[in-house]
Amino acid sequence: MDLTLKVWRQDGPGEPGEFKEYEAKGISADSSFLEMLDFVNERLVEAGEEPIEFDHDCREGICGTCGVMINGHPHGDQKGTATCQLHMRKFNDGDRIVIEPWRATGMPVIRDLIVDRSPLDRIIEAGGYVSVNTGGTPDANLIPIPQMAAESSMDAASCIGCAACIAACPNSAGQLFTSAKLAHLNLLPQGQPERYERTVAMVDKMEEFFGSCTNHAECEEACPKSISIDNIAFMNRDYIAGKFKDRRKAGQS
Amino acid sequence: MTTLDAKVPEGPIQDKWTNHRFDIKLVNPANKRKYDVIIIGTGLAGASAAATMGELGYNVKVFTYHDSPRRAHSIAAQGGINAAKNYPNDGDSIYRLFYDTVKGGDYRSREANVYRLAEVSNEIIDQCTAQGVPFAREYSGLLDNRSFGGAQVSRTFYARGQTGQQLLLGAYQALARQVGLGNVTLFNRSEMLEVVLHEGRAVGVVVRDLVTGEITSHSAHAVVLATGGYSNVFFLSTNAMACNTTAIWRAYRKGALFSNPCFTQIHPTCIPVHDEFQSKLTLMSESLRNDGRIWVPVDPDETRAANDIPEEERDYYLERIYPSFGNLAPRDVASRAAMRMIDENKGVGPLKNGVYLDFADAIGRLGKDVIEARYGNLFEMYERITDEDPYEVPMRIYPAPHYTMGGLWVDYNLMTTVPGLYAIGEANFSDHGANRLGASALMQGLADGYFVLPYTIADYLADYLNVAPVPTDHEAFQATEEEVRSRIDKLLSINGSRTVDSFHRELGRIMIDECGLARTKSGLEKALRDIPALREEFWKDVKVTGTDDSYNSELAKAARVADFFELAELMCRDALEREESCGGHFRVEHQTEEGEAKRDDINQAHSSAWEWKGLSVPPEHHKEALDFEYVALAQRSYK
Ligand SMILES: Cc1cc2nc3c(=O)[nH]c(=O)nc-3n(C[C@H](O)[C@H](O)[C@H](O)COP(=O)(O)OP(=O)(O)OC[C@H]3O[C@@H](n4cnc5c(N)ncnc54)[C@H](O)[C@@H]3O)c2cc1C
Ligand code: FES
Repeated sequence: MDLTLKVWRQDGPGEPGEFKEYEAKGISADSSFLEMLDFVNERLVEAGEEPIEFDHDCREGICGTCGVMINGHPHGDQKGTATCQLHMRKFNDGDRIVIEPWRATGMPVIRDLIVDRSPLDRIIEAGGYVSVNTGGTPDANLIPIPQMAAESSMDAASCIGCAACIAACPNSAGQLFTSAKLAHLNLLPQGQPERYERTVAMVDKMEEFFGSCTNHAECEEACPKSISIDNIAFMNRDYIAGKFKDRRKAGQS
Repeated sequence: MTTLDAKVPEGPIQDKWTNHRFDIKLVNPANKRKYDVIIIGTGLAGASAAATMGELGYNVKVFTYHDSPRRAHSIAAQGGINAAKNYPNDGDSIYRLFYDTVKGGDYRSREANVYRLAEVSNEIIDQCTAQGVPFAREYSGLLDNRSFGGAQVSRTFYARGQTGQQLLLGAYQALARQVGLGNVTLFNRSEMLEVVLHEGRAVGVVVRDLVTGEITSHSAHAVVLATGGYSNVFFLSTNAMACNTTAIWRAYRKGALFSNPCFTQIHPTCIPVHDEFQSKLTLMSESLRNDGRIWVPVDPDETRAANDIPEEERDYYLERIYPSFGNLAPRDVASRAAMRMIDENKGVGPLKNGVYLDFADAIGRLGKDVIEARYGNLFEMYERITDEDPYEVPMRIYPAPHYTMGGLWVDYNLMTTVPGLYAIGEANFSDHGANRLGASALMQGLADGYFVLPYTIADYLADYLNVAPVPTDHEAFQATEEEVRSRIDKLLSINGSRTVDSFHRELGRIMIDECGLARTKSGLEKALRDIPALREEFWKDVKVTGTDDSYNSELAKAARVADFFELAELMCRDALEREESCGGHFRVEHQTEEGEAKRDDINQAHSSAWEWKGLSVPPEHHKEALDFEYVALAQRSYK
């Protein structure tokens, strides 16, 4: 198939950027979206031009490295699909595709389609863990966990940290990412001792970088792992509870 | 000349690790903060080591070329992690896990290391559970297990088809905690390009910032490489796009011996290649073989759709040839059997390059819901890629390069032959011999990082108490930085006519043809002529666009591919030298009448360890003899 790409090019952080057009001819419908970009890039290099820089690694939808806006949708408009898992058969011959980086003040562009997502690491560093050191832990089966709880926790833990949720949000809010990590840990017995401290610390850190949630739910729509916005409600409840100091001391809700 | 001393502790195998921990030197808690340790890589091995060393009080600097530690290739592991818990009460034990792993590795691993791995496997499950890793559970709330190839017990713990993701997130979170506490400093988007040696010891690294292109030196008392495997030498593999050999290859060029480079694993269940534009191959977890049945049509000229082929015209060849292990035969065995079917022209799919993996029976027996709960995300991934629904038609699968058992040679302490330089996880050669069993890499990465290295490294560090690290303005660092700069300048200045990928693709084709599933003397000799020629062409005609002071993925890729060329040559040399078939290394000249791998335990019961002598000089071949005191050497049989 033959396509026209309109791609955001930007040399570096803080530099002005612009859209440029490229022809992508003879693309196989079985190629993935990123293979299509590889193909265009290889032609650019052959012509002595600098290729379009984009982030990617596993190409299996699990590492969360990839992610671009495709025709205004984070990861394109196929539901529950990361950019690398999107295939060209979902497009039509002759299509014009607009490709942009994630846009959010908290995630500045590094180059072309690559953005700096390190604030997500800062949020995890603020409390997205269980404070156990290596060694001396009890036998794993000493803590039975109802299957339902383990499954719900796993649903939230499936987040790949790609930041599509933030890119999708009109306010560039980080609620879906943050609440997914909180739900993963706060739903499990292991997560209970630090539940409220964790919630307050992570939410406060999140607010240093990202906007506020006003319930647009665009994040859930954009999430390649279909993480539910119910997690946000759960997080908000724990945040309020965490703000009541006596409850936090008692370690219960 | 380097001599190989594996430093295996004395005593019965069950006591070696306990005795060793008592015998080696310790660093007392108050002194730990006087040591700087550099860890390269944040996969399961690197993240777990960095977190643990940080908790213990060492000053740790950790580097990754990814934008976040959580992106390491370990994230993609699907199927599970082994441990000898024996929760299902089906006869498992530490000894059985040890035995299966030595046997599965086709008797080319070091017994003492493997025993230790089996011994600490249970602690890993406890540790991960305590961190909140959401392993699959039964209705009782207790942990669930499944089976993997090469084992007749259920010992694999899993988190849906995302076990690597969940284990890595556990380790990443433990690491993030240490970063937050200030015990570990994290350098993301930073690629290590050289190890720095002074007076024969590893004293630091030279690193390039992938965003700014800045080249900096970092010094430490010890350097740990946790940089993963090198399957991407084949161009198409199941590894993530950026996986490469640079860290260990540079270490090899600085004197660390490289062991068994030709021991690579071709995984039987991957989605077949669809066309020439393909950039990578996708694994379908081995766990699928718990419920899927593998078959090909009996008739090579078969044209009907899979579902229209009647039962009696199907050949469930694994069940037929290996009745006791059936579809769960180990990977090397299953891959070669698939290759034979395809060679007999019984392949399926448009390119006749696959075999069927069929879930119809399992869906009939257990219901679609159960299958969906077990493998839902894999089925979805398969459908995305192939546009076929595996609930309705059988999957098509084909063997693909997946894992590398070879790596830097390490002793029992996980130290390479360069003092102060360690290698952990897939980057080292230990534990898996000539073939790795499923669900054992995650186990090894976490064993090394959480439970082995943090102890054994003290034995080395103890001697350097109050010795300051070599400063980065020292001549040793300056000279190494210069080497790195001139190599980068060289790559940018060639301005030839061919892209990096075109070279990489061509190298991959040579490697898969001559050093892939089946290897021959003449093929390897041919590869040893073709690879250096291609390498020379690369250095004359590669085209790398852009500059060295901004984000430049072509430049990073070019440097990695340059190292793949040299590694490829060593792999072929190793494969040529090893006159036997064992595990993933199948030399066509050495096979039984039934076409199974034929080992030569008299002449080849050793690990090869290669010493770099220069670019056009053959490397020196060292051998570590392997003694099997506990597991009797036997023809591996899965029949
Ligand atoms: C698709 C797939 C599925 C798998 N499934 C399973 C499974 O179910 N069970 C199992 O046991 N095993 C499985 N494996 C194997 C297993 O995932 C890997 O062997 C293991 O995760 C490797 O971990 P590691 O920590 O050694 O390396 P990696 O996870 O590869 O991490 C390497 C790290 O090193 C960094 N790095 C590398 N070089 C440099 C450098 N020069 N400078 C800076 N940083 C560098 C990278 O950024 C990364 O952080 C699977 C493998 C694949 C490919
Ligand atoms: S490249 Fe890993 S999720 Fe897309």
